[in-house]
Amino acid sequence: MALPSYTETRYRIWHYVYLAICAFVFFFLIAPLFVIFPLSFNAEEFLVFSEGMKNLDPDAFSLRWYKDMVYGTKNPWGLAAKNSFIIAIFATIGSIILGTLAALGLSSRHMPYKGIIMATLISPMIVPLIISGVAIFFFMAKVGLAATHTGIVFAHIILGTPFVVITVTATLSGFDHSVTRAAASLGSNPVNTFMKITLPLILPGVISGGLFAFVTSFDEVVVVLFLAGLENTTIPIQMWTGLREQLSPTILAVATCLILLSTLILVTAELLRRRSERLRGINR
Amino acid sequence: MSSETKQILTTDGIPLEVSLKKAERKNKIKAFLLVAPLLLFLVITYIFPIGEMFTRSIDDKMITNMLPKTFKEMESWDGQELPPEEIFSAFYYDYKALVEKQEHGKLGQRLNKEKNGFNSTTKRLFRNIKRKKIDESASIKEQMMKVHKNWGKVEYWQAIKRTAPPYTLAKYLKGMDMYYAADGSIAQVEEDRRIHRILWLRTLEIAFFVTVFCFLMGYPIAHLLATLPMKYSNLLMICVLLPFWTSLLVRTASWMILLQQQGVVNDFFVMIGLVADDSRPEMMYNKVGTYVAMTQILLPFMVLPLYSVMKTISPSLMRAGKSLGGTPFVAFWKVYFPLTIPGIGAGCLLVFILAIGYYITPALVGGASGTLISNQIAFHMKQTLDWSFASAMGLMLLTGVLVIYWIYNKLVGVDNIKLG
Repeated sequence: MALPSYTETRYRIWHYVYLAICAFVFFFLIAPLFVIFPLSFNAEEFLVFSEGMKNLDPDAFSLRWYKDMVYGTKNPWGLAAKNSFIIAIFATIGSIILGTLAALGLSSRHMPYKGIIMATLISPMIVPLIISGVAIFFFMAKVGLAATHTGIVFAHIILGTPFVVITVTATLSGFDHSVTRAAASLGSNPVNTFMKITLPLILPGVISGGLFAFVTSFDEVVVVLFLAGLENTTIPIQMWTGLREQLSPTILAVATCLILLSTLILVTAELLRRRSERLRGINR
Repeated sequence: MSSETKQILTTDGIPLEVSLKKAERKNKIKAFLLVAPLLLFLVITYIFPIGEMFTRSIDDKMITNMLPKTFKEMESWDGQELPPEEIFSAFYYDYKALVEKQEHGKLGQRLNKEKNGFNSTTKRLFRNIKRKKIDESASIKEQMMKVHKNWGKVEYWQAIKRTAPPYTLAKYLKGMDMYYAADGSIAQVEEDRRIHRILWLRTLEIAFFVTVFCFLMGYPIAHLLATLPMKYSNLLMICVLLPFWTSLLVRTASWMILLQQQGVVNDFFVMIGLVADDSRPEMMYNKVGTYVAMTQILLPFMVLPLYSVMKTISPSLMRAGKSLGGTPFVAFWKVYFPLTIPGIGAGCLLVFILAIGYYITPALVGGASGTLISNQIAFHMKQTLDWSFASAMGLMLLTGVLVIYWIYNKLVGVDNIKLG
């Protein structure tokens, strides 16, 4: 953003102040994430930068917390990671199926009561998690699904579907319905049309909604705190207990892994978004 | 349609209008069937349980079911003076039945909440029943009054009568630091015990200021992102999206490391000479921690809606404003800013809704002075096990959120929420 040469001095100053403010905000947003990386390689047990680390002494760095994360005795992280992945994968599949079907229905111009139904389907995203947690806990306790994987998967489907509904509906808003009519006129049945025509076209939206659902489940702690028993512990639960009780650097090793995972997801989501924009650009 | 024109028929001989309506209806059902699985799932596992929270929050059937005879007799008692013999004996037989079922302890505890001293009063009666000291052929009223002098006080009987209705709003009143006084009117608890009102106000205050901070920080960077050329803005967008996709607990953990007394921020303050090494300020476990961490965590929810609105504003509008003689500030204020108001509304409402129900971050970095209403709900769910009170508080919070959601829906429309 080069300023034109005729800009007065005071606007020139203001412009640099503005850029400085922006730089500060970007720093504020991203810097906290980077404090975790170096500290997770700390050789000592405290969550502060030791003198050795400040002087870049190689002895001050070690992989001991990563070793502890993987091999540590009585270590909960292995079980937690396994549970987290199982729950998140099933919750994602469930959210994708239910959410995509609902989005297809909602995008039809024949859909009655569209506004109120949409508001209902999105509500789990808006209602404070603590209230969702209480309500879902009452339900799961009544049907005997509290402290089971199934119960947590159901809870995460509830929380994950709004994201799928939103992203798929957005993708379908640019969807050219004449292609499905063309398929039908060529003798394809509805299921075949969906699998061969509609699904490939809306796939970017479905996958990015699925990513949201996955992250929601993988990161969710409030509802799981109500539902989980000892065998259902997940990574967020372990982090929550760790942060409240013994703040050990092992948590930072886990956190570093989680940041890497979220970077991976971010890159995937961005690529999908651009692909989807390209596809829709062609349609227009 | 004029009556002279003949009805148009399809090839099957059905009038076209009827056939069309039929097809329309079929399409409607088809669309609805696609939505039905999710809608049904949500109604059963989510919407219905939230409704159940309401019945739980007003439920007060316990005593109603425990003392059926007493309440039947009490219907004709005006509650002004000591009740007649019939009520005493009805209560005696109800209580005796409870003793046989070993449920008398619950009654004592529950009545004690209504009026202090009930626990010992009922226990004395229990011991006399156990030792069969009460002569059922003589006046029970006289004997009970001898067992404990409280049975001869009208306040205690009034307290029992107050527990008669199967439903009560007491939990909601408690959530607002009020209670039913002895005469049934609504009274406020003493000044120094109004903890819930403080929590509500603090929740609103923190949500409001977090929204303001997010707006003040989000607006400039959303503007920068929207006006920079694509190749730079995509790179900077990562600074917004990476925190957005990163685990909430990871971000809270990093703030705990930064803000602790020996943490990076304090180290920095000492280094630049802002504070002395031995008087490092406490920035965590208080409101400061909650404000800083929540602002950073919710900032992407402000930037993304603002960005999507600003992206659609043509830069030529600002140029036109300037060419018509406005200074850059006037052009911004009169042309650009009004066009971004939809984005401001969407972002602020979203951040406010999310902030008002925040739980994890305040619980970890908030300490005692930074906790919010959500933490209180969790406390009653997990520690005191007063689930009906937790439900009542939850529904009060939910009502507030739904009002904002409704405004959001009117202003922005839920189907206009953009993600990523």
